[in-house]
Amino acid sequence: MSGRLETTFQRLRDKKEKALIAYLMAGDPGLAETEQLVVALEQAGADIIELGVPFSDPIADGPVIQQAAERGLKSGTTLRKILASVKSLRQQTEIPIVLMLYYNSIHAMGCEQFCKVATAAGVDGLIVPDMPPDEAGPLKGPADAAGLPLIFLLAPTSTPSRRKLVAEESHGFVYYVSLTGITGAKLSNVTDIQQNVKKLKKVSASPVAVGFGVATPEDAAQVSKMADGVIVGSAIVKRIASHQQDPTMVGHVAEFVRSLKAAMVPV
Amino acid sequence: MPHLPDTHGRFGPYGGRYVPETLMPALLELEEEYAKAKKDRRFKTDLAYYLKEYVGRPTSLYRADRLTKKLGGAKIYLKREDLCHTGAHKINNAIGQVLLAMRMKKRRIIAETGAGQHGVATATAAAMFGLKCEVYMGTEDMQRQALNVFRMRLLGAKVTGVDAGSRTLKDAISEAMRDWTTNVQTTHYILGSVLGAHPYPMMIRDFQAIIGKEARKQILAAEGKLPEYLVACVGGGSNSIGLFHAFLGDRTVKMIGVEAGGSGIVSGKHAARFSGGKPGVLQGTMTYLLQDENGQINLTHSVSAGLDYAAVGPEHSLYHDQGRIEYTYATDTEAMAAFDLLAREEGIVPALESAHAIAQVIKLAPKLKKSQVIIANLSGRGDKDVQQVARMRGVEL
Repeated sequence: MSGRLETTFQRLRDKKEKALIAYLMAGDPGLAETEQLVVALEQAGADIIELGVPFSDPIADGPVIQQAAERGLKSGTTLRKILASVKSLRQQTEIPIVLMLYYNSIHAMGCEQFCKVATAAGVDGLIVPDMPPDEAGPLKGPADAAGLPLIFLLAPTSTPSRRKLVAEESHGFVYYVSLTGITGAKLSNVTDIQQNVKKLKKVSASPVAVGFGVATPEDAAQVSKMADGVIVGSAIVKRIASHQQDPTMVGHVAEFVRSLKAAMVPV
Repeated sequence: MPHLPDTHGRFGPYGGRYVPETLMPALLELEEEYAKAKKDRRFKTDLAYYLKEYVGRPTSLYRADRLTKKLGGAKIYLKREDLCHTGAHKINNAIGQVLLAMRMKKRRIIAETGAGQHGVATATAAAMFGLKCEVYMGTEDMQRQALNVFRMRLLGAKVTGVDAGSRTLKDAISEAMRDWTTNVQTTHYILGSVLGAHPYPMMIRDFQAIIGKEARKQILAAEGKLPEYLVACVGGGSNSIGLFHAFLGDRTVKMIGVEAGGSGIVSGKHAARFSGGKPGVLQGTMTYLLQDENGQINLTHSVSAGLDYAAVGPEHSLYHDQGRIEYTYATDTEAMAAFDLLAREEGIVPALESAHAIAQVIKLAPKLKKSQVIIANLSGRGDKDVQQVARMRGVEL
C-alpha cells in the first residue's frame, strides 16, 4: 500500500523539491484554529503536517512547545478529539499528517485501539519522542497491522549501531535531530548535520528529514540542501503564540510558511 | 529471587528506557561503566571509604524504647539514616554517582530535587570532588524548603527554579532531563531516586541497598532474629528499596511502603500511586502513575515535598503486583502527628517524609505482640522542615 507520505515524497522527488514539514500543536489555541491552520499551511507550501498532541510532561520539548502544550490542554484538547479533528480534515485535504505524541498518551488508550482509530481517522505516521526503537515492541505489532508507519529519531550522539537500528526500524521517513538538545534550540554546526545526514542516508531506505533548531528561511535553505525534508516547529508555534488574539493569526503563520518553502532550494 | 532488572532494565513489565534518542547512548554508556565499576576493586574501596569516613556509615539501628512503650506493642527499631552527613540517605547515592561521573570524566553534575535533600547531597558530593553542580527545583518546593535552597548555594551549587506544571519534583526532573539532553557530552545527571530510565532504578537501588545490609546484621546482633516488619516511606522509593532489598529473600519479613496520602485519597490531593494510579510511562520508565483517562499526569499533593510525585520506582510496581511488599499511605495530618510524637517521645525530629513511615508504625505496633519487631527507616532528619511546620502552625520565626 502506498500511503500519503510515500506519495508525497515521490511527488516532490519528481519535481526535484524537498519536503517542508510544518509542526503544529493540536488545540493551540483551539482545535478549530488548528484545522484552519492545516488547510492554510498546505496552501502556503507545507508538504506534510506534524501534529503535536499536548502532554503534561513533554521531556523532549523546549519552552515554546511546552507552553503550546499547556495552551492545548487548557483548551480541552484530548487525543480522541484530535483524531476526530484529523478525520474531519480528511474531507478537505490529503496532506500527510503525522502525529507527534508522548508514549503515555498512546498507552492510556491502548496501542491496538489507538492504531486502529488513528488509521481510520487518516493519520499517516507516528513520531513518539520518548520511545526509542528499543521500547517500540508493544506498539510495532498494532502499528504494522494498521499500516501506520513508526518514524524514529536519530541524534548527533547516536552511535553507528544505533544509526543502523533507527534506519531499519523507521518507516515513512527518519527524523534526524539536528542538535544535541531539545526543540526550539538554536541551529548548531551545519557541517556536522551534513555529515551525519549523509551517513544516515547510506543506511536508510526511507527519506531523511531534519528538525530541531530550524527557525528561519535561511536555516530551511541550508538544511534543504542536505536532507529530503525540513521540519519547522518552534518557529511556527511561536508565531501562533504571539498572534493568539489576532484574527489575522492564520494569515501571519501562512505567510511565514510561504517564506520557508520559497527559500528551500530545489535539488 | 530472580536477578532484577533483566538486561533490558525491566522489572517484570515495569522499567525500561523511554527516553529521547539523544540520551540513549549516554544511558548505554552509564550502564556499561557502572557494570565495570561494580567489579572494580578501586571503585569499591573508594566508595566504602567515603561512606565510612565522610558519610558516617554504618548508621545506627536505634531501639526506640519510649516510642515502643507508648504504643504498647511491637518492639520498634529506627534505622538512623538521619544521622548521615547532610541529614538523609540521599548522600549514599550521590557519592556513588559522583564517583561514577569522575570515571566517565564528566566534570559537570546536574540533579533534581524535591525536598532539597538530594540536591544538598549532590551539591555536597560535587563540592567534595570539585565538580560543577546545578540543581533543578520546582519553585513551589523552593518556597517550602527555603533552608535547603540556601544550603545548596552555600555549597557552591547553582539552584535553578522550575516554574512549569505543578512546580514540584516532577517538573524539576523534566527540566533536568532537558538539560541532560542538551549537555550530555559533558554532564552526568545524578537522579535522586529509583526512578527514570535504566540503569538508574537499578544503580540507585544498589547504592541504597547498604541501608538494609547494615540493618539486617544489626538486628540479628541485637535480637538474634529477623524483624517481623519493615516500614519505610515511598516517594520515588529509594530509602524504602534501600532498606527492603537485603530482606526480599526472607519470606517471614513483611514489608510496608508508605505513600503520601495528602488530604486523603477521595480528595484527589495526594501522591498515593498504588491507591489511585495505574501503569503508564513517565520520565523514562513504565510504572504506576497518577494520571487521568487520557494519560495526562495528575497534580499531586503532600505536606512533604519529597513524597509529592506522580510516579513511583518501577521495581516497587512489580513488588506491588506480586504482593511481596504492601503499600499503604499516611495523610498529612497523620504524618504531622507522627512528627510531633517522635520529637517528644524520642528527641528525634524526623523529616516530614520519614514521619509518614512513623505514622504507619503508630498504626501497626499496637496490633503486634511485644515479642515482635518492627524496623522503620528514619530516612532523614527534620531540620529542613522546622520552618514549614512553624509556618503551618502560624508561628513566626
